[in-house]
Amino acid sequence: MREPASAAAEPLLAVAGLQAWYGESHILHGVDFDVRQGEVVTLLGRNGAGKTTTLKAIMGIVAKRKGSAKIAGGETIGLSSDRIARLGVAICPEERGVFASLNVRENLMLPPKIAREGGLTLERIFTLFPNLAERLNSGGGKLSGGEQQMLAIARILRTGARFLMLDEPTEGLAPVIIQQIGRTIAELKREGFTILLVEQNFRFASTVADRYFVMEHGRVIDAFADSQLSANMEKLHEYLGV
Amino acid sequence: MSANPVAATMNPFTREGREFGVVFVIMLVLIGAAPFVAYPFFVMQALCFALFACAFNLLIGYVGLLSFGHAMFLGSASYVCAHAAKVWGLDPELAILTGVACSGLLGLVAGVLSIRSQGIYFAMITVALSQMIYFFCVEAPFTHGEDGIQGVPQGRAFGLIDLSRPAALYVFTAAIFLFGFLAVYRAVNSPFGEILKAIRENEPRAISLGYRVARYKLAAFVLSAALAGLAGATKAIVVQNASLTDVGFAMSGEVVLMTLLGGMGTLYGPVVGALVVVSMQNYLAQFGQWVTVIQGAVFVACVLTFRRGVVGEIGKALKWSI
Amino acid sequence: MFLGHAITAQQLYGQLLVGLINGSFYALLSLGLAVIFGMLNIVNFAHGALYMVGAFVAYFLLHGLGLNYWWALIGSPLIVGALGALIERTLLYRLRGLDPLYGLLLTFGLALVIQRLFQNYFGASGLPYDIPPGLSGPPRNLGFMYLPNYRAWVIVFSAAVCFSTWFLIEKTKLGAYLRAATENPTLVRAFGVNVPRMITLTYGFGVALAALAGVLAAPINQVRPGMGADIIAVVFAVVVIGGMGSILGSIVTGFVLGMVEGLTKVFYPEASNTVIFVIMAIVLLIKPAGLFGRVA
Repeated sequence: MREPASAAAEPLLAVAGLQAWYGESHILHGVDFDVRQGEVVTLLGRNGAGKTTTLKAIMGIVAKRKGSAKIAGGETIGLSSDRIARLGVAICPEERGVFASLNVRENLMLPPKIAREGGLTLERIFTLFPNLAERLNSGGGKLSGGEQQMLAIARILRTGARFLMLDEPTEGLAPVIIQQIGRTIAELKREGFTILLVEQNFRFASTVADRYFVMEHGRVIDAFADSQLSANMEKLHEYLGV
Repeated sequence: MSANPVAATMNPFTREGREFGVVFVIMLVLIGAAPFVAYPFFVMQALCFALFACAFNLLIGYVGLLSFGHAMFLGSASYVCAHAAKVWGLDPELAILTGVACSGLLGLVAGVLSIRSQGIYFAMITVALSQMIYFFCVEAPFTHGEDGIQGVPQGRAFGLIDLSRPAALYVFTAAIFLFGFLAVYRAVNSPFGEILKAIRENEPRAISLGYRVARYKLAAFVLSAALAGLAGATKAIVVQNASLTDVGFAMSGEVVLMTLLGGMGTLYGPVVGALVVVSMQNYLAQFGQWVTVIQGAVFVACVLTFRRGVVGEIGKALKWSI
Repeated sequence: MFLGHAITAQQLYGQLLVGLINGSFYALLSLGLAVIFGMLNIVNFAHGALYMVGAFVAYFLLHGLGLNYWWALIGSPLIVGALGALIERTLLYRLRGLDPLYGLLLTFGLALVIQRLFQNYFGASGLPYDIPPGLSGPPRNLGFMYLPNYRAWVIVFSAAVCFSTWFLIEKTKLGAYLRAATENPTLVRAFGVNVPRMITLTYGFGVALAALAGVLAAPINQVRPGMGADIIAVVFAVVVIGGMGSILGSIVTGFVLGMVEGLTKVFYPEASNTVIFVIMAIVLLIKPAGLFGRVA
């Protein structure tokens, strides 16, 4: 299942037997996968498979979780989400979470720097997302879907987090913007960011991903590398019910 | 739980029916025996407060609305009943009915104003409204301000039963309490009660199912106000006076304490809570001003660690729904 | 003119002044309640009691430590704010995630305890607190009325504090954190912000505002254990009228209603106690979420 490893011996993220609950609902029943430094890994699966819950569980924002989720070798089950964030992890949620009571500038500047070097400079961010520079004083609630997505990604780039989790970044967006996001992710990968992606749109995912894990009913049921994608197309269609 | 919970609790052959019946019989026996063990006057007061607490609990336990101004219903009915009995010379049962009508009407007005607001605002509105009623009672001539209405005649119930005889008064009060208690019980265990429960658990869903949620809440509110008024009016006859204490903020706070301590959302909780609090006040009377401090501390402790209350904990331990 | 007696300009402006002063307290107190409600989603029933404690702390600072009014203006809010943070961290903290009504109940119980304790020790009558020397002295003659110095100070200072709080919340980075955490505390925490600590400090801040109002009130209303209970019902009505959706809305509503109350005292004194409640009833019929409220 694994491709010959890249230079790093220990994965940046190692998830084993991860279980998670929302209130009484038992969503994840034992998830196993890993993400190596500098990789882009995609979680695929139908709606309700538990992909978003997996990201949230890693971030520590589910009601209850058990099992193991090691980041850079350190166990994070039992840590609160702010401590996990300060390990260098950031999440861009499915609903984007742009704060309506803040304007774009405040949204962008809100997440605190969690690494001394900080992340991308504002200049760099505005190069990647020129639209944001024009909309700095607009209220967060007044942005279009595409602008919100760009803002949600931009603001976690400032913090210095090197492990990014993006939940359905292309959902509901126009093709032009999807391309822009694709370019951004490719750019980030070149700079050495590690990205865990949840995507329904696996055509998009295939332009950036190194490996795929397929989820169903709260478990990982299959995995393959990007090079094996075309060989596994039929299986994939079945899994995703496409 | 059986498919038709209404029928279940009324049916002595089902488990729910048996649980209820057992506790009810125990309560009847206790009420019957009480005047021989404790001062009847004290027990009658306790019964009035128990009814008050049951009325309050209908709102918080079964509709999910926390009213911090329930004394306005107790007190206003108390004043009106006292006035009706003393100044208009009505028979006690008619005076009481007049008081209940007044508090029910007040409940309708207060309900219309407050029912559309969510829990937090609702609580604040009840505080404000009850303060308004308090000010009114301070100013209005018929209440005699600080003195209150004294010397309320106990009269003859239905023109026949002389209520100045302790035994008669006791039976009269107990009968009213049981009536009120059963009224709450019947309201909760009925299709009406089931809808209230649905509203409490998932209001948006109830609305989408087509229920006029505001109307049900209002109906429950008016019922709660009327029953609280029943308690207040009866109390006026029993203690033979009506005073500002009855409409005061402390009284509103006490009924909350009684219900929390006894068990919110349980049928017998308010009764137990009222008994405990009234006893506490009697036996701690020697500590004078510290009673309220102790009450407040008990309150805080209950909210933190004892949220189910006495009856709630017993019910959980026995797995009975009481 | 009205009700058989002529009203002089002096009376009118005099009552408007009283109205503005009461309005200052209403604004400060409802602002504190709104800030606490935004972050913690509970209505702080102990707000009136802590306002009273603020006044008492000013009294103790003066008579116990010889620290005058100006020290009290800073000291009392700090002390009571710290007390509030302690209350949040030890008691309210345990109720996070539960139905907000338990928060109401807890703060209600706290109010009972605090008020009763003070009443037991100090009796029901008030303790005197003098107007600070810098602000006493003869009232200024403005021509159409006499303006007592201290009262002018209360109004101006309250307005300044209210405006500063508004500015802090709406226009600064600290305020951005507060607004964001009010909107989506989980996400803010996932960005690495210690949200639980923010909540504790916010409660402390809201309570400090109440204490500040208490210090301002001390020379005017004297220092009485019942002063919190007397004012809390009206403040709740003010909050319901304004709605808690807007900081500026809470402030404006407080001042305006204070003035309305003052005006009512001039033209229809019997109703002055209840006019705010009546307005609340009217607002509830027309716009239940409050004049500036957001429909949840």
